[in-house]
This record gives sequence, structure tokens and C-alpha cells, in this order.
Amino acid sequence: MIRIKCPYCGERDHSEFTYGGDASIRYPALDASREDWTQAIFFRENIRGFQKETWHHLNGCRMWLEIERSTVTHEIKSVKPCHPDLQKIMDSKK
Amino acid sequence: MTRFNAWNVFKNGLNGQKGWSRQWRDPEPRSNYDVIIVGGGLHGLATAYYLAKNHNLNNIAVLEKGWIGGGNAGRNTTIVRSNYMMPGNHQFYEHSLKLWENLSHDLNYNVMFSQRVHVSLFHSPGAKDSYARRYNIMRLNGTDGELWDLKKLKKKIPILNYNNARFPIMGAAVQPRAGNARHDSAVWGYARSANALGVDIIQNCEVTGITRQNGNIDSLQTSKGSIKGKKIGFAVAGNTSRLWQMAQLGNLPIESHKLQAFVTEAIKPFLDHVVVYGVGGAHFYISQTDKGSLVFGGDLDWYKSYAQRGNLPIVQDVAEAAMAILPSIGRLRLLRHWAGIMDMSMDGTFFICKTPISNLYLNAGWNYGGFKASPASGWYFADLIANEQPHKYIQHHHLERFEQGINLDERGAGPDPKLHG
Repeated sequence: MIRIKCPYCGERDHSEFTYGGDASIRYPALDASREDWTQAIFFRENIRGFQKETWHHLNGCRMWLEIERSTVTHEIKSVKPCHPDLQKIMDSKK
Repeated sequence: MTRFNAWNVFKNGLNGQKGWSRQWRDPEPRSNYDVIIVGGGLHGLATAYYLAKNHNLNNIAVLEKGWIGGGNAGRNTTIVRSNYMMPGNHQFYEHSLKLWENLSHDLNYNVMFSQRVHVSLFHSPGAKDSYARRYNIMRLNGTDGELWDLKKLKKKIPILNYNNARFPIMGAAVQPRAGNARHDSAVWGYARSANALGVDIIQNCEVTGITRQNGNIDSLQTSKGSIKGKKIGFAVAGNTSRLWQMAQLGNLPIESHKLQAFVTEAIKPFLDHVVVYGVGGAHFYISQTDKGSLVFGGDLDWYKSYAQRGNLPIVQDVAEAAMAILPSIGRLRLLRHWAGIMDMSMDGTFFICKTPISNLYLNAGWNYGGFKASPASGWYFADLIANEQPHKYIQHHHLERFEQGINLDERGAGPDPKLHG
């Protein structure tokens, strides 16, 4: 079991979460070229090692998280909310 | 190589089994090859075999970083079927099934192919209609397929849970010619026959670098030195992206995910068929080996990973699915379970294609379905490498299909690799 430290709920089993995917993907502008859209939607770096990825705390606070995790050892380096404003709100309440 | 036949078995029975030779040589790599296949799994070995057999090439090497058949070839649930419906896919997998049907004779090696009938259960009228559509498409294309009602299913497989299942069984979609085979035998059979045709199978030889010259690949740097190849083929499943980036080709429409499989202790003959159960989020497929063990599997672990070991939530999911459909195996103990790294593609279909480098060829993206595909995969990959032209069955199995909008998405699951189970 991977243990994920949710910034809101604390450390939980990964079975409470669903895996989103590569967090480095940035969609291009709506009028960008077909090549750019094809790259963004279909092509992946598929990193062997630490990658940034999204997880959804579906059976918890439902926050989307950006996690730095090794795809080889499953070790987690960092966890933060995907939305920067959520981090600010949580910091202000500490 | 001593052929396996009744006379040689008899003769060696009399002389203390001393007349058998090595099944394949263990050569050191030469400095030059006409074709180098990277990856000594079933796909790589089959490709080398058909390059030699169908296309009369004899200066071929297969490079394997570990031992042959130690990757996904040894980590699957050995099911062989051809119940596909997309154009290209069904002809391809049907050809693969036909190759399996004659593989033991072709290789002079018993791959223990057993056409024990593949049975996919359905649990709702909607699922029945969906199966009827798919199996009718198969029949129209010359593949066998039938629907069994509950009465026939109960007669054929009486041990399923017909009494109090959460999702009552309504019947099954069936492919009678499908079944399973012995994975190690297929690996060894292809290796032995390829070797007999002059292919060098080089184990413990990991590719560590790729040298390019004038746009082409000049040589591969390996743990056994630099090896030049006129043509290079990649058949490395879950590690395709790494080699692709080593060749400075950027990203691929592939993610590596792990898929677990399980083996129980051996029991007396219990299950004659391959049974597949998938409803309400469950996914489960099971068969019994000749040794008596039950081999089964379920879903991916749902997150990207290169680790060849499974995680516990899926063990629980699979055990729950097993209990839902076959409660009588509840007291069996698991002997072992493992995970293989699947090269999950963005539409659930494979790639056998040319690449931006003119002397590099790609064989990847096998998702869950690599084992059954391996004979045809080798056949058509060899054909592509030798003739420089994709066969019409695989004309859309290239990397440009996403940009061209001709995705081959059997399940209609969209561009999320983990959903193409």
C-alpha cells in the first residue's frame, strides 16, 4: 500500500485515492495546432523515476493533489494541492 | 539441434538420454548484424524466427537484458483468444490464433496449446446484446464465436456461482477455439527454432546507449560492447519509452502500468475452460494449468509504475471477484503473485510500425494482450522489417493514427491508458 499524506486529511492509504495521471501536461490554447493538441492528449514522457502526477482524494476530502512519486520505488517526495489558492487558505488557517 | 520425434525419444531412452544437445547456443555478440531485435521476450524471439524462416535473413541478433522470457513472457496468464472486432485487429489476432494452432508442429516443440474454450460471462441483457454484436462481427470475419444460454452454461461449467451471486449469471459469450498455452514452452520453442536458423540469442546484454549517425542508428551500446546493426527493431514492452528516449525520439503514446497475476496451490482437475467475469467494476479471468494450479488475474494497479511487484488493494479486488463467481475456491492458498509492466497505449491497441528513424522499427503497446499476439506480432513485425512496407492488416497500427483521428479503441475508453484493460 502506498501511504499518501493528504494536506487536509493526513496520511491515508492510496486506495482512498484515484490516480489522475501526468501532472506536467499543459493543454495548449484552443486554437493551437493539431500537432500540439495531439502531443498534449496522447503523448507521454512515461518517466521511470520521480514524476509529478495528480491524485484525487475521492474517498476523502475530494481534493486534487499534485504528488511527486517514484514510479520505480513508489516513494513519495512531496504532496500539495493542485490548486495554489487551496494551499494559501490552508496556510492562513495554521 | 536434435529434433524431437518418436525415434529420438526411443533412441535416447536406450542410451541414458545422452544424445540431446543444447537447445540453443549462448554466443558472444558479433560486431555487425543485418537485424538486431532488442528484447528477448516472445515478440522479439518470434520476430527473429520469422525473419529467418519467412524472409531468409540469417545475420540476426536478439539482445535481452536479463534471460529470455524473464519479462512479461513469464508474467502473464497465458490466455490465447481472438475475440476482437476493430478492422485490422480481428484479422491480426485471428491469424495469431491460427499460428498458435500449428505452433507446436512448426517449432518442433510442444507449446501445450490447449483450445479449451474461452467463456466470457454476461449478467445483463445489455451485456448480452453487446457481446452478441461483438461475436457476430467476429463470425462475419470468419472467427468462431457463439452465445451460450444459462442452461448450456450450467451443463458445461457447473461449479460457477449460480445461486446467490450479487450479479446473477445470464449466459456467456464463447470462443471455442480459444484457450491457453504454456508460456515458457513458447519462449523456448521460438528460441530453439530461431537459433537453429542461425539467430544469435544474446542474454544478459542490456542496451545502455544508442549512437546515431546521419539520422540513422549506427550502433547500440550494450553491456557487452558496441554492436552495429543495419536495421534495429524494438520489442521491449513496458520499457519502450526508455529506449525511445535513448534514441532521442521524444514521447510515445504509451504509459507503463503494472498488472498482477496469481497462482494457487495445485488441485485436481476442476476448471476445464478459461472463464472471464467482468461486471460492476470487477474484472477477473481464470484457468487451470496442467499442473493443477489455478492461474488468474484482474485489473491493473490503477497507477503508473515500473515496479514488477503488485500492491495489496488489487489482491483484495481479485480475491473478491474470485469469491463472487467461484466461491468453492475460497479455501485455496495462493502460492505466489507477481506483476508485469504493461505498455498501455492511448487507445488500447498495439503499434507495429516504422519510426522517424529510417532503420528503426517499433513493436509496442500490447496492453493486456501481448501473450496471445506474439506469433502474429513476430510474423508482421518481421514482414515490416524485411519488406519496409506494413501489411494491410497493420496499416493503421502506427504512431500517427492519433493525429489522423483513426484510433483503434476496442473498448471506446478514450485516451487514458489505464482504462484499456
